[in-house]
Amino acid sequence: MMFQMDLDPMKQFVVKDIIPLEVAGVDISFTNASLFMLLGVAVIFGFYMLATSKANIVPNRVQSVGEVGYEFIANMIRDTIGEEGFKFFPLVFSLFMFVYVANMLGMVPYFFTTTSQVIVTAALAILVFLSVIIFGIAKNGLKFFRLFAPHGVPPVMYILLIPLEIISFFVRPVTLSLRLFGNILAGHIVLKLFVGFTAALLGTAGAAAFLAPAPLLLAIAITALEFLVAFLQAYIFAILTCIYLNDAFHPSH
Amino acid sequence: MEGNIADGLKYVGAGLATLAMFGAALGVGNIFSSYLDAAMRNPSAAPQQQGNLFLGFALVEALGIFGFLIALILLFVA
Repeated sequence: MMFQMDLDPMKQFVVKDIIPLEVAGVDISFTNASLFMLLGVAVIFGFYMLATSKANIVPNRVQSVGEVGYEFIANMIRDTIGEEGFKFFPLVFSLFMFVYVANMLGMVPYFFTTTSQVIVTAALAILVFLSVIIFGIAKNGLKFFRLFAPHGVPPVMYILLIPLEIISFFVRPVTLSLRLFGNILAGHIVLKLFVGFTAALLGTAGAAAFLAPAPLLLAIAITALEFLVAFLQAYIFAILTCIYLNDAFHPSH
Repeated sequence: MEGNIADGLKYVGAGLATLAMFGAALGVGNIFSSYLDAAMRNPSAAPQQQGNLFLGFALVEALGIFGFLIALILLFVA
């Protein structure tokens, strides 16, 4: 065949070692995933250094873009937790920015998408989950466990409700991490599949090659959708973090 | 035909687990359509309900994600 190329849609997710490293039997190699996570953090740092370097009351262009990001998360916290939630502004803002920039970097061709690795999203979700538990118990003491017994319910219902509430509380890190991972993974596979169809159709010498632009057009449309998903998933991750943190602030709701 | 039946059935099970998408689609569609319905009637009250919107969305989508989880477990763990 003329167009022998690699059309395996899963190949883009392979983690490759860049600098192999092993300490005490634990593989801590510097991989392409680590590289793109560092790149994401560097992008965020670089952008906000630039945005705040000549901070003024009347913002310049870069500063106002930076302020949009700040206001976005600030409003989110104000709406879901209230003013006292600003203690967690740095956490929510970092999580949002990290996920958003990682998703966006993933949209650049040949770049590695770090949020398509379940271990990355799981680490972020466990961070949120433990913050809620530790801060909730530190702030409310044992009253934190009222979270599992919503009031305004007939006591008989507690037999059914408490186990359900406990289960729904403990699956939160699972769903939080798998939602982000699943959406990004599925999006990138679909993208690669459609581009793969185009390549495969071009590979068939004959009439079928004329159909090649059709999946390409779809791939372009899906690319636009993926940019939306990249933002939406970061937004959902951040707002769910806020909602879960709200439980630590007001467990008796 | 080669390979054993148990391995093949794993893929059938993973395929069946995608049916969770059906339920998640109905649920998510319902949540957003009801939200928009209500928001068009009373736009001034819409922003306050956005937290509830995403909470409901997250809970419904979680059930779809469990289907995905089952597919993953069947393919890579079990």
